[in-house]
Amino acid sequence: MKTFGGPALFLDRNDINTDEIIPAKYLTEITKEDLKPYILEDLKLPGFDPKGAKTKNARVVVSRANFGCGSSREHAPWVFEVNGITAVIAESFARIFRQNMFNCGMAAIELPKADLDQIFSHAADDDAAMDIDIEAGTLTVNGTGKQKTFTFDISPFDKALVLAGGWVDYADQKY
Amino acid sequence: MGKTTAEKIFEAHLVDEPFPGTKVLKLDVVLCHEITTPIAIDDLIRRNKDRVFDATRIKAVIDHVTPSKDTKTATQAKILRDWARRHGIKDFFDIGANGVCHALFPEKGFIRPGYTVIMGDSHTCTHGAFGAFAAGIGTTDLEVGILKGVCAFRQPKTIKFNVNGTLPKGVYAKDVILHIIGKIGVNGATDRVMEFHGDTIAAMTMESRMTLCNMAIEAGGTSGICQPDATTVEYLWPFIKDEFASKEAALADYSKWKADPDAEYDQTIDIDVTTLQPTVTFGYKPDQSKFVGDMPDSPVDQVYLGSCTNGRMEDLRIAARILKGRKVAPTVRGILSPATPKIQQEAIREGLIDIFMEAGFCVTNPTCGACLGMSNGVLAEGEVCASTTNRNFMGRMGKGGMVHLMSPATAAASAIEGKIADPRKYL
Ligand code: SF4
Repeated sequence: MKTFGGPALFLDRNDINTDEIIPAKYLTEITKEDLKPYILEDLKLPGFDPKGAKTKNARVVVSRANFGCGSSREHAPWVFEVNGITAVIAESFARIFRQNMFNCGMAAIELPKADLDQIFSHAADDDAAMDIDIEAGTLTVNGTGKQKTFTFDISPFDKALVLAGGWVDYADQKY
Repeated sequence: MGKTTAEKIFEAHLVDEPFPGTKVLKLDVVLCHEITTPIAIDDLIRRNKDRVFDATRIKAVIDHVTPSKDTKTATQAKILRDWARRHGIKDFFDIGANGVCHALFPEKGFIRPGYTVIMGDSHTCTHGAFGAFAAGIGTTDLEVGILKGVCAFRQPKTIKFNVNGTLPKGVYAKDVILHIIGKIGVNGATDRVMEFHGDTIAAMTMESRMTLCNMAIEAGGTSGICQPDATTVEYLWPFIKDEFASKEAALADYSKWKADPDAEYDQTIDIDVTTLQPTVTFGYKPDQSKFVGDMPDSPVDQVYLGSCTNGRMEDLRIAARILKGRKVAPTVRGILSPATPKIQQEAIREGLIDIFMEAGFCVTNPTCGACLGMSNGVLAEGEVCASTTNRNFMGRMGKGGMVHLMSPATAAASAIEGKIADPRKYL
């Protein structure tokens, strides 16, 4: 199983799409590692720098509704993975992106908008970080002087995929 | 209690339910293209699992960048080509026979009512036009599909769209789906199947139904689904005539996939098309659309006709009808990519290609090309394209470029005027 948690990168917008996460022109790369420099290259958000320290240090991405919409490219979870990001927390996900995350043994965690509003209040903290416990379904936000725990649900199947490290081995044994 | 079309298909294909609500389905066809499949092949090789579950049920095409434009795209094409040969995949389409996947595979008769279809491509939902459950998936699901012929899905919920009325002049399936997406939003159908009913859909050609289902994903939908009917049978007849004694027999058989009248829906939405007008997107999301008349003075640098959404014969015919005897505005670059070689040939025979060329259009070979900003019409920073494609995300057709989605008729009218224009005055 992968490890989850660490410094968070806050992307405060709905509908962040897979073209923004990794532009189509990089889909010609054959290995995951080659994608690394291009993370979030086309995402335009006030104050966000795809090449900045926050992106570089991030282990968790926090965003809003319909995260990962658009293309089916699994390059989107991969570009996160090779940059050390193994979990995305959002109000909701596009189906294909969410399944791609779990299929790779990564976590796509949904939280209600009210919880996310609270988490986003830490966005200005330079050291806002998360502890994530997949088995227990808890997420603790550690910010400057503040700490708060939230609970989440992921489906039993998706949890099994995270624990097994992905869908290929699981399916090849079983079917 | 009755069942929706997707529920019937799920029940007939169920292999396992590892956890409540997770259904592992047997797949009828696994479709592949050269952008998302090589990386799956590479991973299967590294896992020592370079196998295929059934070479006759895997169909593959090189369509996104073809002919290859550089070493990297040539390598992707080669990986797919070598793999198809290695595993004896006969339905593999390369230069001379290749076209945009979601236009080519239906044209070959590979999709049937009641089928389960996956592809590493978000617009796989197109194939639901045949009454199939067709869903885009990522690389890992594709690997498992290739290896085992199965895929896991959540038990689908379905939104029923009752689409009724005669389409007004200048309004097409593209306008209907842009209207629906505008109404429910880009995640209005996430984790839902969009099942289309009503007399508007019943009157549509298979091509129009494919245009409609193609954009289900732009509302987050897992699959679009139309009800199989006599139009479906007519389209498929050349491929199924040895399987059935008559068209009536085929229709009777396919009707088992129709939703039951008492099926339970997550939501039912009524759409009256009689008040619709030609529709155009204005922002960077497919749900940001307006009637064409509400977008005056919107100049465009390029007009793109093609893609899996609107690169079929009926699309070319309507655009040619508008362009006939007219010229593309001097400030506009017109590009036509017929979606398949068969469409291109038919368009040549019908004289449509002459019309496009005389109007000043450049005609490319069948390919995805500019639709995803990889070749054949990439935009420069700040440029604007009137396009018959399905996605207007920022940078989709080239970094810093903007795309307005619209029907082929509206695109043709816009080519003539050099700005977004109402097609109705040319019809
Ligand atoms: S035409 Fe565009 S949307 Fe369709 S398959 Fe090709 S790249 Fe995707």
